[in-house]
Amino acid sequence: MEAMKETVDQSLREMRDTFASGRTRSVKWRKTQLEAIIEMVKDNEDKMCDVLFQDLGKHSTEAFRDELGFVMRSATTALNSLDKWVVPRKSNLPLLFYPATGKVISEPYGTVLVLSSWNFPISLSLDPMIGAISAGNTVLLKASELSPNASALLAKTIPSYLDNKAIKVIEGGPDVATILLQHQWDKIFFTGSPRIGKIIMAAAAEHLTPVTLELGGKCPTIIDHHSVSKDMKSVVKRISGGKWGSCSGQACISVDYVLVEQSFASSLIEMFKPVIKSFFGENPKESGCVARIVTKKHFQRLSRLLNDPRVQASIVYGGSMDEEKLYVEPTILLNPPLDSEIMNEEIFGPVLPIITLRDIQESIGFIKSKPKPLAIYAFTKDEKLKTRILSETSSGSVTFNDVMIQYMCDALPFGGVGESGMGRYHGKYSFECFSHEKAIMEGSLAMDLEARYPPWNNFKLTFIRLAFREAYFKLVLLMLGLKR
Amino acid sequence: DQTSKENNPASLGILARSLSVFAYVSVYVMVKVFQAADATDLVTELRRSFDDGVTRGYEWRVTQLKKLLLICDNHEPEIVSALHDDLGKPELESSVYEVALLRNSINLAVQQLKDWMAPDKVAKTSLTTFPASAEIVYEPLGVVLVISAWNYPFLLSIDPVIGAISAGNAVVLKPSELAPASSSLLAKLLEQYLDSSAVRVVEGAVTETTLLLEQKWDKIFYTGSSRIGRIIMMAAAKHLTPVVLELGGKSPVVIDSDTNLKITAKRIIAGKWGCNNGQACISPDYILTTKEFSPKVIDALKQELEAFYGKNPMESKDMSRIVNSNHFDRLSKMLEEKEVSDKIVYGGQKNRDKLKIAPTILVDVPLDSQIMSEEIFGPLLPIITLNKLEECFDVIRSRPKPLGAYLFTQNQKLKERFALTVSAGGIVVNDIAVHLAVPTLPFGGVGESGMGSYHGKFSFDAFSHKKAVLYKSFIGDAAIRYPPYSTGKLRLLKALVNSNILEIFRVILGLS
Repeated sequence: MEAMKETVDQSLREMRDTFASGRTRSVKWRKTQLEAIIEMVKDNEDKMCDVLFQDLGKHSTEAFRDELGFVMRSATTALNSLDKWVVPRKSNLPLLFYPATGKVISEPYGTVLVLSSWNFPISLSLDPMIGAISAGNTVLLKASELSPNASALLAKTIPSYLDNKAIKVIEGGPDVATILLQHQWDKIFFTGSPRIGKIIMAAAAEHLTPVTLELGGKCPTIIDHHSVSKDMKSVVKRISGGKWGSCSGQACISVDYVLVEQSFASSLIEMFKPVIKSFFGENPKESGCVARIVTKKHFQRLSRLLNDPRVQASIVYGGSMDEEKLYVEPTILLNPPLDSEIMNEEIFGPVLPIITLRDIQESIGFIKSKPKPLAIYAFTKDEKLKTRILSETSSGSVTFNDVMIQYMCDALPFGGVGESGMGRYHGKYSFECFSHEKAIMEGSLAMDLEARYPPWNNFKLTFIRLAFREAYFKLVLLMLGLKR
Repeated sequence: DQTSKENNPASLGILARSLSVFAYVSVYVMVKVFQAADATDLVTELRRSFDDGVTRGYEWRVTQLKKLLLICDNHEPEIVSALHDDLGKPELESSVYEVALLRNSINLAVQQLKDWMAPDKVAKTSLTTFPASAEIVYEPLGVVLVISAWNYPFLLSIDPVIGAISAGNAVVLKPSELAPASSSLLAKLLEQYLDSSAVRVVEGAVTETTLLLEQKWDKIFYTGSSRIGRIIMMAAAKHLTPVVLELGGKSPVVIDSDTNLKITAKRIIAGKWGCNNGQACISPDYILTTKEFSPKVIDALKQELEAFYGKNPMESKDMSRIVNSNHFDRLSKMLEEKEVSDKIVYGGQKNRDKLKIAPTILVDVPLDSQIMSEEIFGPLLPIITLNKLEECFDVIRSRPKPLGAYLFTQNQKLKERFALTVSAGGIVVNDIAVHLAVPTLPFGGVGESGMGSYHGKFSFDAFSHKKAVLYKSFIGDAAIRYPPYSTGKLRLLKALVNSNILEIFRVILGLS
């Protein structure tokens, strides 16, 4: 640990010196790093798919779609847009302040810390780093120890592609994180659970460090079967793809549970079955397309959720588990008890509870009774229901008629609210996430108003009052002596 | 009767005791102590109002804002009087820097609220998920807490409340107990004019604030010191409550020898002693200039100080007093420190009874002295001289990031270097503090001087959640999205990547 402390101190010192030198402020430097990231991912594609398979059993297509391709696209967007993003924004000043001018420039915070999660270890590490770098910061990454091969690959590869006096990687678990959090950072970006998010924010408070916390929650999916009956096949496919096709449901924006009217529940379940089979065949465990549960500990957590006898009784599909292979079969539950653990914590696994309601309108109240999730998904064409969902529920985001893809849309801010997090990123928002918006105002030394200065008298008071109200005509009258 | 009284001292004693017990109980009942249950009840009640939708509608928000305007219109003399009681604030400062600024802030919000509330459309062409459309919807966070400071008690209480209300939240305001007349006037007026099912004031000090901080809020907005800012953020972390912290710091003023010295001196004086006697977060804290130019700066300041406040500034009615004896003693100690007291070149007079300290200028105090290590927040102005003006960057950079940084110069290159390399909440060239009054500039700190910003639309944003909404259609569902993942699909993906990275997503998401 002493050695680790020394490493952290040294790294921080070096990054701070690099930032102070001004090197990371140059747009050219930022672009070079972004190009290097793209090159790094391209060159190491196979190795990256390998480690994602080792850590999570991800199929290379899934790995490419969700992580590698995503990172390359993110870096490309930043490269193409950086010139635009760094331009100061002019502010229009009220006439009162003429001839002063105002603008806002985006300034890098300085030396920032990125703590990433194990479920998308490549993209959740590199994507925030892309933001930090575009904004001109120096950055230290600590990837999750629960995806050790990915973490090791990043630690080994990043130094040979990126400016290693400005961009550093440290490996380790909670003990290393603790050491890191004892230091002062100019910004901390964390992806993970709400429980750890609280610890991060409390540690940041000691140094008044601003934070972005990308957390999680139970993302509900509303199926208004009346209005989407024509497209129900697509509905089921999209939900299935989102739940079981991406890291086996271990994603912050995974479909956590489904809300549907009682009358449609059994038909819905029957529609899921063939879709799951079409994805994974008769024996999903052997399909090679089901990511595994990340660690034994997480497996045991899911096991515990499912072993509740009342939950067991609600299994209508799947349910088999293999601790040795860290495999949980795509599983569907019908109405597990609402007070069971599985309905009160983020599932983060391939188990899908279907909760039935008498009327789909009740879904609003149901969602409101739980903490604000990262995303709400709703399959409906009913405009009134859409409006109700938007105005009566709160979540990081809402997606109508699909799941998960809001993540891909970099024109949309990606982040939570309440328990699901604070701050946002993606696209331009990543740049802003790591920038301080500094206001710059310039006055003129040529013109001066006596009324600004003491000693105060009634004339000056009236003058300023009128000036503030922008009552210019009355102001002129005052100055001409025509107004008392 | 007289006889009976003289003959019954015992009954007199009983009477006296009963009366005192009665008085004690009456006082207790009248001055109800704010307890933990009260804090919980308060938040529960406001949350119910919020959930019932009381604060969401445009009409409610505009009505509340207009009521705030009525407070400004109908009660300015009382506000001026309270500020005079609490701070000795001159009428002009109260009228202009508190009431007039508030009026402007309210009017702007009323005028622009419809625009602010409207969703932001996201350009279709920027979507890689076509066919789809997207927008960003502004929604209130819920029930928010505003804790304000003592130096501009009305401005710093109501300005954030304007933001909270415009954004559709229920809000609890806790004004500073160090400005008691203002605090109680705020409590009275807000209760009288605003909808108390959604807007409340809690008066009190550390105990009450601690009780409030134990509750779960959807946002906390705090104006005050960095020390308390840390405590606020730590309490907020327990509930994952986002915060805006408007703190302070030592805002430096760099003076170049090519500037118009008369105007420079006037603006510095108006921004320092003319703003609550230096007790403002954006007060010029200390000056940096060259050894050569420094005597001219001091002369200019002396001249203008006399023009503004006369030969006897301790008697001038145009300056606020020091807020209380704690702060008076704090500032006195700064002046009395060894190697500091002999650096006074102007002023230095003090009167503890009247809580007054004369405008005081010092030159080249030690850089590690108290007066150069903590935010002064008072009428003392140290001047630090440099061999070359460019050394100012190192001095500023060696200290925590301030809320404001000022530069007086005509040199374009210097202006650019300053704007680019000095990290502060906000920067003003050739003036002091005025950026506070500009609603189109975000006002907030960085590093030790704070996080988040407000004023104008930034206030509305500070109290809103910007919810991303994506509308997708059912057209287009590429097989490439779904398992089973054949090598064919992967090959296709890669081929797409090599041709055009942006195409890949159009394919995955259904348009190819």
